[in-house]
Amino acid sequence: MPQTLEACAPPLHPMAPRMTPVTRFIRESEEVFTFDLAPERAMPFAPGQFNMLYAFGVGEIPISISGDSKAPERLTHTIRAVGPVSAALGRLKAGDRIGLRGPFGAGWPIDAYRGFDVLLIAGGIGLAPLRPVIYWLLRHRAAYGRVGVLYGARAPDDLIFRGELDEWRRTPDFQLRVAVERAGPEWMGDVGYVTPLLSKLRFDPADTVAMICGPEVMIRATALTLEDAGVADSRIFVSMERNMKCAIGHCGHCQFGPLFICKDGPVHSYDRLRNLLACREL
Amino acid sequence: MAAQMDGATAILTVEGLEALLQAIQAHGYRTIGPILQDQAILYGDVSSTNDLPRGWTDEQDGGRYRLMRRGDDALFGYSVGPHSWKKYLHAPKLRLWTAERRGDDISVAPEPQPDDRLAFIGVRACEIRAIEIQDRTLVGDLYADPHYKALRERALIVAVNCGQAGGTCFCASMQAGPRVKQGFDIALTELLDGDEHLFLVETGSDEGRVLMASIAHRAASEDEIEAAEGVIERTESSMGRDMRSDDLNELLMSNLEHPRWDEVATRCLTCANCTLVCPTCFCTSVEDVSDLTGERAERWRRWDSCFTMDFSYIHGGSVRASAKSRYRQWMTHKLATWIDQFGSSGCVGCGRCITWCPVGIDITEEVRAIRGCDASAEEPQ
Repeated sequence: MPQTLEACAPPLHPMAPRMTPVTRFIRESEEVFTFDLAPERAMPFAPGQFNMLYAFGVGEIPISISGDSKAPERLTHTIRAVGPVSAALGRLKAGDRIGLRGPFGAGWPIDAYRGFDVLLIAGGIGLAPLRPVIYWLLRHRAAYGRVGVLYGARAPDDLIFRGELDEWRRTPDFQLRVAVERAGPEWMGDVGYVTPLLSKLRFDPADTVAMICGPEVMIRATALTLEDAGVADSRIFVSMERNMKCAIGHCGHCQFGPLFICKDGPVHSYDRLRNLLACREL
Repeated sequence: MAAQMDGATAILTVEGLEALLQAIQAHGYRTIGPILQDQAILYGDVSSTNDLPRGWTDEQDGGRYRLMRRGDDALFGYSVGPHSWKKYLHAPKLRLWTAERRGDDISVAPEPQPDDRLAFIGVRACEIRAIEIQDRTLVGDLYADPHYKALRERALIVAVNCGQAGGTCFCASMQAGPRVKQGFDIALTELLDGDEHLFLVETGSDEGRVLMASIAHRAASEDEIEAAEGVIERTESSMGRDMRSDDLNELLMSNLEHPRWDEVATRCLTCANCTLVCPTCFCTSVEDVSDLTGERAERWRRWDSCFTMDFSYIHGGSVRASAKSRYRQWMTHKLATWIDQFGSSGCVGCGRCITWCPVGIDITEEVRAIRGCDASAEEPQ
């Protein structure tokens, strides 16, 4: 069987992208946008995995998949334009083609924690890698205990997935709190960081799994708060970001102590990360 | 004469070694070995024994490398220079693919896999270990690098037992040498005794045996085998450096905030020399380029180093902005976290990072400094 496959299509170099059409482009906020890719064949992925996206002639960056793992024929990515490649991806429109490699890495172990209370804590664009978990939970709602989502952004204008936020807020048995760091008088939600909001969620720490994605300073503060609340460090999961050039464990850039973020992560349990996160510039 | 050699040892003269080189070439190999160039012993194409650095040796110390004349005609009478075999197996710069846009269609063509057959002449024990370490990273992990794999599978290794230890050598501390034990097709020990100039030959593969069977040689005498043993033992007992290596993972990872990292950072120029001369450092970056029409794009891979600021850059800045953090990353990776990642140390004790450091920073000395004042050991258990 493998011989037949090889005969009709020689194996691609693991660094060679497959050019893939963009089928939908949505602007989420001034800096953030979402697009769907339609790969030639459905590309099954786990929530929390990422792809390498290549803008023709510009470069390639790692981007988590923000769509539903139930529908792998469509790969959704949500990106904040901060550098040359992400800015180039921000100029795409439906019908354009970009390079795709993936999916890579270890995702959120949501399937392994059926029966648990689930807390998702996202900062900024960190909500994007967690959205596949939310889709999963909504689809398997009965299999889990209490579900709580905390989402923090800088300002109301920076919020992403706004239509869905409203939907999730109206969903029964689904606790959602959104906080912004600064807001005008029209903002009716919480103001400040997300960590203090943990105390407003109902969950049983002894039976809780928590998943965090956001800036590292927010990860540290949130993990500490969760531990103080009694959530075991082995059930706190964190998605990490590092410079990444290959995603296949060869370029060396994404190392974090003994870990390669690309292949050991990007999602790691906090008990493996605590000592590493405590060291500056590791 | 052309009998099968089965684990037996043979003797070649210099003319015999010449015949071996020619036989290797006749088998379709490009022969690469030590050459005298740029006032150092580098690796380059060699077509005959006349290209080898006959009668030359080197003097090495922290930040110091000098060529010197020997009193004899030794062909392999030097210690390792700045080059390592990774420049052939894991090229410093390599095009990975070319993409072309035709209308709405974009096609990506991976670089064809090389079919070169490389024969490395004069590979030292520490270098064989280094190649095996790179095998683990670039072929034996989740993904294989097709370019490396293709070259490596076809490569022929003619090893040499070191006849002398260099001033910065510590392969004995890393259990990586000086004796060549595995991973070779043919292994030589150079025997110099007065006017006599011979090579004791061991074969380590079928191909090595076939090659030896194709050239004139004679069986080694007991005395010659003993003489070769003596050469290796003398080398082993005259290492220029030493470093206790059995506990480095625990030692370094429990001393990530040791004051020595600040101290070494005052000397380290973050020039990346150590990573470029290191035979196991594998880190690379990619460069995506396009031509002026914007219709053609390429991706190139090139060696990179954890000593550069760009290496750890993510939106907002570099994770490792200070020299301290970059030196610490290099040394802890090489000696400690490499073990978690790939099951062995990333260091083979070749001493290149010491010799080619412009300010002579000595990894064995840095380990001693941290061990001498082990912050974690002072705390009660």
